[in-house]
Amino acid sequence: MSAAVEVQAVKSAQAGHDWSLWMRQIRAILRIEVRKNFWGRRALLIYLLAAIPVLLTFLLSIIDNEGGGADIRRNWASAQEAFAAIIYNGLILRTVVYFGCAWIFMNLFRGEVVDKSLHYYFLCSLRREVLVAGKYISGLVVSVVLFTLTTGGSLFFLYYARGYPANVNYLFDGPGLTQCLAYAGITILACVGYGAVFMVIGLFFRNPIIPALLAYGWEWVNFLLPPLLKKISIIHYLHSLSPIPVSEGPLATVVDPTPAWISVPSMIIFTAIVLFLASIRIRKMEIRYGNE
Amino acid sequence: MESQISNLKSEIVFEDVSKFYGEILGVNRVNLTIAPGITSLVGPNGSGKTTLMNLMTGLIQPTRGRISILGIEPSDPQELFRKVGYCGQFDSFPKGMTGYEFVKSFLSVHGLSNKEAEEKAWRAIERVDLIDAAHRKVAAYSKGMRQRIRLAQSIAHEPAVMILDEPLNGLDPMARAETIRLFRQLAQEGQHLIVSSHILHEVDKMSDRVVLINNGYILAEGGVMGVREEKMEEHPMQITIRCDRPQEFAARVFASDSVVEAALHEDRQGLFIKTRNADAFYQLLNRVVVENGMNIESVSPVDDDLNAVYHYLIGSNGGGQS
Ligand SMILES: Nc1ncnc2c1ncn2[C@@H]1O[C@H](COP(=O)(O)OP(=O)(O)O)[C@@H](O)[C@H]1O
Ligand SMILES: [Mg+2]
Repeated sequence: MSAAVEVQAVKSAQAGHDWSLWMRQIRAILRIEVRKNFWGRRALLIYLLAAIPVLLTFLLSIIDNEGGGADIRRNWASAQEAFAAIIYNGLILRTVVYFGCAWIFMNLFRGEVVDKSLHYYFLCSLRREVLVAGKYISGLVVSVVLFTLTTGGSLFFLYYARGYPANVNYLFDGPGLTQCLAYAGITILACVGYGAVFMVIGLFFRNPIIPALLAYGWEWVNFLLPPLLKKISIIHYLHSLSPIPVSEGPLATVVDPTPAWISVPSMIIFTAIVLFLASIRIRKMEIRYGNE
Repeated sequence: MESQISNLKSEIVFEDVSKFYGEILGVNRVNLTIAPGITSLVGPNGSGKTTLMNLMTGLIQPTRGRISILGIEPSDPQELFRKVGYCGQFDSFPKGMTGYEFVKSFLSVHGLSNKEAEEKAWRAIERVDLIDAAHRKVAAYSKGMRQRIRLAQSIAHEPAVMILDEPLNGLDPMARAETIRLFRQLAQEGQHLIVSSHILHEVDKMSDRVVLINNGYILAEGGVMGVREEKMEEHPMQITIRCDRPQEFAARVFASDSVVEAALHEDRQGLFIKTRNADAFYQLLNRVVVENGMNIESVSPVDDDLNAVYHYLIGSNGGGQS
């Protein structure tokens, strides 16, 4: 009896040890990957992309006439709507975050196959699932840092254009702060969801550009889709969270926004499923650079 | 039973392993047991050496059959690479790293603490003699240095089994000798070494065992000595000698029992000898040099015993077909 108890104890100690080992390994992967992503040559494109919305709102805020800063001051409500629909939804979410995540996350594995360096990870005393986790988290760190900065920077110039006193009120006594946090939250959630999808696309497809563009099309025509299909997309859930309701235009099918307490967990569960797919895929993955 | 288990724990076993790349044959029906010591895997280009090594390390999966490395399956990298290090053939690196960062980063990925990783990284870099270049970018290394830093990376976590795919390829003679010395040293420390090469005489001297492979099939395996004894009769050793008076020399040696054939080189600056008793021949050679005061420029086995076996087994003059 005591022997059995002992075996039990050893096993759970072993399992506990594994968890701390995996955490250490994920940290090690993070150090390698985050550095590569922020400093590598592949990063340059992302910086440019991330800077576009900030530059644009900056320009709008300093051009102090019709269509620019003056408009923002005169009609704050419609300026905010325009920001939500055009700058945030159209430019940041659908373009910068989407393609930024595509680039960052598809390169996590594809990039290393192209560089012929993936085998160094495969030859470590490292479970491949842990590698998937480590790579995904590195992608998240990079994309979340960059794109919340983009979101924050654009919001900053939107508010900046309006002038100081009005903002203090709106931000701290009005809904301003909550709205800003909601934007940041949507950006982060977008990185979580799109990131997982693109990592898996990068793992499954030899040429990931086509599936990425197909997914892009799907997300864009989303507003036309019947309600059920509409819910099979990331953008629908992200829209549902928008602090300022965004009209999808006259052609759109009308679906009630999914409440946050459903949409956030759904996104997380969806992401978990996608990551699970990735870890199945990577266990079977072979290193065959020569033939790629 | 007991001993079987312990054997399993110290051996590398291929059980009826085949690998096809789509239609293309990688290796076929491999049954092989590799005991500790230095084992050379020898075969011409395209014969399946890299395929076997990638199978052992789980980089590719067998189409059929089972592989066990010291009792561990290649599909369990976390366990496998506590015991195994693999220095593959790809001359490529993660972008932007220095030699030291390269070795240390992946030690951290193994799960070592920062301090341990630093220590082991330096130890490995020292073993391949790259301390001075350690803080330079790998991208600026010469081919030989890249080869050595990859070697360091693969042995840094001090594995019990080291698998090295053509590790001498691209090294200059100095680095080659150094590397072979390192292999011997590692083997003396009790490591299991598996080294591949397409040039037999490059590795036969240091090997305890040679496995010959061609077109995806294992042709022969065994101890170097055993193979030598067995094949000496049918395949005499061939030696080329460059010297100033080859005719005189030929007359002298032909009188000896040990020489079965002697032929002058076309330029009359050397000769070609076949012998069944190399030791006796070398003694004779020494005597002739001392007595006749001949000027010998070089003496080299054209293809020594194992080489001859290899050619015999491959069925051509080596490396030709692939
Ligand atoms: N990724 C691959 N795709 C298709 N065929 C391959 C691949 N890798 C190796 N081969 C084929 O398998 C055979 C064995 O190759 P390999 O193991 O690389 O031989 P070696 O290392 O002895 O030169 C060759 O015929 C080669 O063309
Ligand atoms: Mg090879």
